[in-house]
Amino acid sequence: MTRNQLTQILGLSALFLGTFFLSSTLQQAPEDLAEEIQSDNTTSYFEDKTIEWIIPFKEGGGGDTWARFNAPFFQRHIPGNPAIVVNNIPGGGSIKGANLFAERVKPDGLLILGTSGTTQMPYLLDDPRVRYDYKKYKPVMAYPTGGVAYVSPAIVSEELRQLKVTSVEEQLEKSVRIIQELIDGNIQLKYGSQGPTSLDLVTMFSFDLLNLNVQAVFGFRGRGAGRLAFERGEVKIDYQTSSAYLKNSIPLVENGEAIPLFSFGALDENGQLIRDESFANSPVGIIDGDTMKVNVPHFGEVYERLGNSLSGIEWDTWFAFMSAGFGGMKLLLTPKETPDEIIAEFHAGISAMKEDPEYQRNKFKALGTYKQVIGKPADKIFDLATNVGQAEKRYMKNWLKEKYDLNLMTTEKK
Amino acid sequence: MLDLVLQALQTLFTPEHFMYLLLGVLLGLVIGIFPGLGGIAGLSLLLPFLYGMDEVSALATLIGLVAVIPTSATFTSVLMGIPGSSSSQATVLDGFALAKKGQASRALGAAFSSSLLGGLFGVIILTFFVQIARPMILLFGSAELFMLAIFGLSMVGSLSGKSLVKGVVACGFGILVGSIGAAPATGEFRMTFGINYLYDGLPLAVIALSIFAFPEISELFRKETAIAEETDMGKAGMLTGVKDLIKNKWLALRCAGIGTIVGAIPGMGGSVVDWIAYGHVVQTTKDKSQFGKGDIRGVIAPESANNAKEGGALMPTLLFGIPGSGSMAVFLGGMVLIGIEAGPSMVTKDIDLTYTIIWSLAIANVIGAGLSLFLAGPISKLTQIKFSLLAPFMIMVISFAAFQSTKDMMDLWMLLCFGLIGIFMKRFGWSRPAFLIGFVLATQAESYLNMSVQFYGWEMFWRPGVIIIMLLSLISVYYSRKGTVDENAELMKKEMPTELNRRPQLIFAGLILMFILVAIFDSWQQSFLGKVFTLSIAYAILPFAIWLIWIYLKGEATNAAIFDAEQVSEAGTFKAPWYEPILWIGGLYVVSLLTGFIPAIMLFFIAFFTLKANTNVWRTALLTAAGTAFLMLFGYFLNLEFPQGIFF
Repeated sequence: MTRNQLTQILGLSALFLGTFFLSSTLQQAPEDLAEEIQSDNTTSYFEDKTIEWIIPFKEGGGGDTWARFNAPFFQRHIPGNPAIVVNNIPGGGSIKGANLFAERVKPDGLLILGTSGTTQMPYLLDDPRVRYDYKKYKPVMAYPTGGVAYVSPAIVSEELRQLKVTSVEEQLEKSVRIIQELIDGNIQLKYGSQGPTSLDLVTMFSFDLLNLNVQAVFGFRGRGAGRLAFERGEVKIDYQTSSAYLKNSIPLVENGEAIPLFSFGALDENGQLIRDESFANSPVGIIDGDTMKVNVPHFGEVYERLGNSLSGIEWDTWFAFMSAGFGGMKLLLTPKETPDEIIAEFHAGISAMKEDPEYQRNKFKALGTYKQVIGKPADKIFDLATNVGQAEKRYMKNWLKEKYDLNLMTTEKK
Repeated sequence: MLDLVLQALQTLFTPEHFMYLLLGVLLGLVIGIFPGLGGIAGLSLLLPFLYGMDEVSALATLIGLVAVIPTSATFTSVLMGIPGSSSSQATVLDGFALAKKGQASRALGAAFSSSLLGGLFGVIILTFFVQIARPMILLFGSAELFMLAIFGLSMVGSLSGKSLVKGVVACGFGILVGSIGAAPATGEFRMTFGINYLYDGLPLAVIALSIFAFPEISELFRKETAIAEETDMGKAGMLTGVKDLIKNKWLALRCAGIGTIVGAIPGMGGSVVDWIAYGHVVQTTKDKSQFGKGDIRGVIAPESANNAKEGGALMPTLLFGIPGSGSMAVFLGGMVLIGIEAGPSMVTKDIDLTYTIIWSLAIANVIGAGLSLFLAGPISKLTQIKFSLLAPFMIMVISFAAFQSTKDMMDLWMLLCFGLIGIFMKRFGWSRPAFLIGFVLATQAESYLNMSVQFYGWEMFWRPGVIIIMLLSLISVYYSRKGTVDENAELMKKEMPTELNRRPQLIFAGLILMFILVAIFDSWQQSFLGKVFTLSIAYAILPFAIWLIWIYLKGEATNAAIFDAEQVSEAGTFKAPWYEPILWIGGLYVVSLLTGFIPAIMLFFIAFFTLKANTNVWRTALLTAAGTAFLMLFGYFLNLEFPQGIFF
């Protein structure tokens, strides 16, 4: 290197780096921002700001669609019209994005995280890769969902296949009889699963509690793949979350290729398990040209009718993980310390969004029948979704260990 | 059905729809040129705007974008040896070789006209088949998908170069690297050594860039020439390329057929379609001597296949809501936002929409290819620029492309690590296509084997589909031994100095052997289902690896396995030691750790231009400003992330 070259390098470097750093420091420090809201009443807090929304899932998936559906409405209705940028950070079954959020977030409302039931599972099972702690966050908005489990008519007797039902009570009877038939015949069913610590664990645990002989075949990427295997006849039992069920599985039901057994149910304001109204107007089958439109019974009813009680460690574990996985399907999170004033801005925007006729027109397609809630209902959902008692946790971990005999990483966290 | 097509065309050519299609195509061309971005970045860019648009226009833009990505990805594959997308890798082999011979515009001409033909043919097949596609797609169960993975692997024989031993070991090595991460059957973590990044396995983009692009950049860096080593301008314009396609039209149509079928099978993953097409053309050609060194058919085959594939991939996406490829996943997301529901209704009540989508794809292909052909000539001039001026830009592009995979600094370290492996594989004549095919097909082969054994037991081998595909694989293996692709063939034909120093090759082979042993040891810790696949593969290639080492130690100098490009090339070809590119690029990453990527790039550009290209102050400043501005603009608009430093 000649002296000229050295000078050139040093000189230009100083110039470029200098300009770069000057421009970065000209951006406002985040700590000042939180104070603005108290002092300035004429412009909104979020004016001229950008909110980054982390989605720990790939583009195109369910979590992503939820965020992207909401984003333009947020932009339109949150006071100040902040730009909303959805940032996809997939990896580790959503652990990576959540970890990054935990690392970077400040209580300024400019970074929010959208989690899915899949994000709760590793947290609840003490997966050592998890570095996010729900106890440090609170929900801005929450949105539950449900799901339906169904079987192929190929494994159901002729008599039950042809059984017509006119009420949900009768459907409950039918589901119970089908399940009893499967148990008595010791029929082994295969189920296409995404993995033992995915959201599927709720489903597999449900099957186990019902004493169904279900063998999970892992390696399926997404519930869509599982549904495809069902359509091919490789798998005889499947479940789908509500919107996927309504869109993709109902046509199978109408075609006589699927018979619904039970839904996971929904939670009322008191956190009690009730039937899921999303399916009240959907067919459970068409026999002799008659379309039977009755609701699907929920898991609790079916479980009880088969002679089990809705109490005890098994039921408690099921309930805990079901509410964590489905009840708290989508949570929009911000740190606990975020000032109430900032949360109020979000809530104002969300309330306005729900009045927007365009939102109302399109929300069924994107979100199904469930409501995105704020305030106390959201807090309740959040609570159920992120808190599972120690006893239930241990029970589930043991169940997973015994059932799958895997070298899972599960260690007790304090 | 004809009326449906006509109706679709009518809707298409309304000014509004057409304008949005054009917008999508232009966006797709610009974004597709940059490797690593693929459709995903562009689609993510569009998604917020889709919301306001009406159904037909939004769809038109989406399709325009998706259709054109495989076309524009060809630019970097041919001009710089950087695979522009996961389905443009095979194009690099002959496309880039042609560019080095100064025939870049010819290669591009052939590539774009093939893309055009392939895309259109794919759409024609779709038009006829979409109504019966559903039951056909359902015929492909896990057993058939496993067999298809085996079929893909059988192509390795044709791509192994003169030494089958090395080809087999390379493929096995690829499979083992592809198995790093969670076992599909049990979720157990294999060969992750506690490194968080590896839990999800290595991203395809990082591997493809490091194995293909990195060695080329390194070689050009050391040779200090322009990409086009010779200038053959006279006989090699863009039109020659188009004429080449016309001469080989049946090949292109066959490959388009292959592409459509592979694209239509959900779960195949479109990234092997180009290798299958390439393997096919090698196997079915009598004169194979030029493959890997600039045979235009090696460009025509994969390019017709990969455009047809996007059309094929529309089928599972529209009919089942299961994306047939990466860009289809985002397309599906876009469809949901627009409010269109994928599913059986797409062939019943929404059939007209389906045909509109299909034919929009066709028109988009035509426009995209047309525009690209137009730009092919001028853009090819890039290959004549002195490499030292181009190099920093290329390095910048592959770095940020790799980084987009998981937005983790490890993407860059893995790029460097596997880049080094790629350099040595190229130098010692190990088949990189074999490695890549193994890598890509590993998870698929294992998942579907596991599933089909559980669903069908050993009866799976009696299924008609499985038997047919198995026969195809056997035929493929038979043909493969009749002649293979060998990019180093020219060098190999030269008079070999009778005593090559075999030590470097031996060390490299030894390291690969060690990796295999580590894989075996790691497998012993897993449960049965977690280890059966990897252990079988490792045990299967272990004897070959040992045999290879034995050849190095005791074999004759004329043995095909013994090869070292470094020692066989003419003296003075390489003007810098082999580690110099690594030091530069590694240095860039180390500095990024401290200052963040953008300042590091600034320093890199300044130092590189000053020291290697000897440019004066003004030019250096200008080029650095251009590079940085470009990076920042792109990052801003596409919302890309760059590595953050400790300080900034």
